Amino acid sequence: MKKPAKTQPKKKSGTNQNTLFIGAIAVLLLAFIGGKYFYSSSQTGATETDPALMSTLVRPHAMTLGPSTAPVVIVEFFDPACETCAAFYPLVKELMAASPDKIKLVLRYAPFHRGSDAVVAAIEAARRQGKYWQALEALLKSQHGWAPNHTAQMDLAWPFLEGLGLDFAQMRKDMASPEIAQIIAQDLADVRALGVTKTPEYFVNGKPLPSFGYEQLKALVDEALAKAR
Amino acid sequence: MTAWHLVFGAWLVAATSTLGALFLSDVMQLPPCSLCWYQRIFMFPMAIVLALGLFPFDRRVIRYGLALAIPGWLVAGFHQLLVAGVIPESLEPCRQGIPCSEISIQWMGFITIPTLSLAAFTAVVVLLAAARARSSE
Repeated sequence: MKKPAKTQPKKKSGTNQNTLFIGAIAVLLLAFIGGKYFYSSSQTGATETDPALMSTLVRPHAMTLGPSTAPVVIVEFFDPACETCAAFYPLVKELMAASPDKIKLVLRYAPFHRGSDAVVAAIEAARRQGKYWQALEALLKSQHGWAPNHTAQMDLAWPFLEGLGLDFAQMRKDMASPEIAQIIAQDLADVRALGVTKTPEYFVNGKPLPSFGYEQLKALVDEALAKAR
Repeated sequence: MTAWHLVFGAWLVAATSTLGALFLSDVMQLPPCSLCWYQRIFMFPMAIVLALGLFPFDRRVIRYGLALAIPGWLVAGFHQLLVAGVIPESLEPCRQGIPCSEISIQWMGFITIPTLSLAAFTAVVVLLAAARARSSE
């Protein structure tokens, strides 16, 4: 904002006010546009995951499905209480079945729903008994039964895990273990670092979906498969 | 300092906050939580309404401005208390998983987005109250 020249007689405060106002608008808009330009040029390639973040995508503790040498790696952040995640689970399985031995799935947790962390802990506890996939699939299938009104209630979920041969007493003990709490905390920290705000979120060989949808996921997977060929 | 200049100052704060909020959400892609939306509802119109009241100067705009600034200040104060942990968070249906108590930005150790909002609303209320006192003299 420039002050009007002092030599001018104080004839009309209106002109000064106009100048002040227009000057202020110009400064604000310039700052906004300049800031936007500066910020977006410092954030190159939003469609690629920052290489520094690649190590946060796949952690050694994460459960995987498929060969470790597969050329295409799908990292999925999911919430066991999320309906869309349950709906997408068989679709991802289909994608993998369509290209056997070419795709590895890495499952990470993003327990956004209230109470979901207890369900994640239960899945991890089942994993210690070698029943990760059975427990996961049983829970996803019965989701409406234990997650009413978008609130996960582990108390309601136990009956759905019966018949899998799980030792519930041991599971309860494991669910309270610091190791499992550590896994959840690590996944949530990575969720934040990667800017995951919705579930399920997929990264195909490090690339996030341009927009959410099965078609977009399939397109990214096909592209990665074509590159690997 | 005339009443006009005080209202102008309030407008400047509101316009800066409006553009700042848009910068955070649209350029930096930080999703606003539900309480942030309520503060936006009260802040954004002030950037327009206060400007209209400046040309030609209409002292009734002080009244309209305060009607937006005071509720906004209350929401911002509530949000600040929530972030500080004074009020427990129990009433949020943040579907996208953005709890209002999450701190997305922290500058210099204590400046968070809700702090900026509270400071802006406080400044607008103070400036408008001063304009009101000045113009009724």
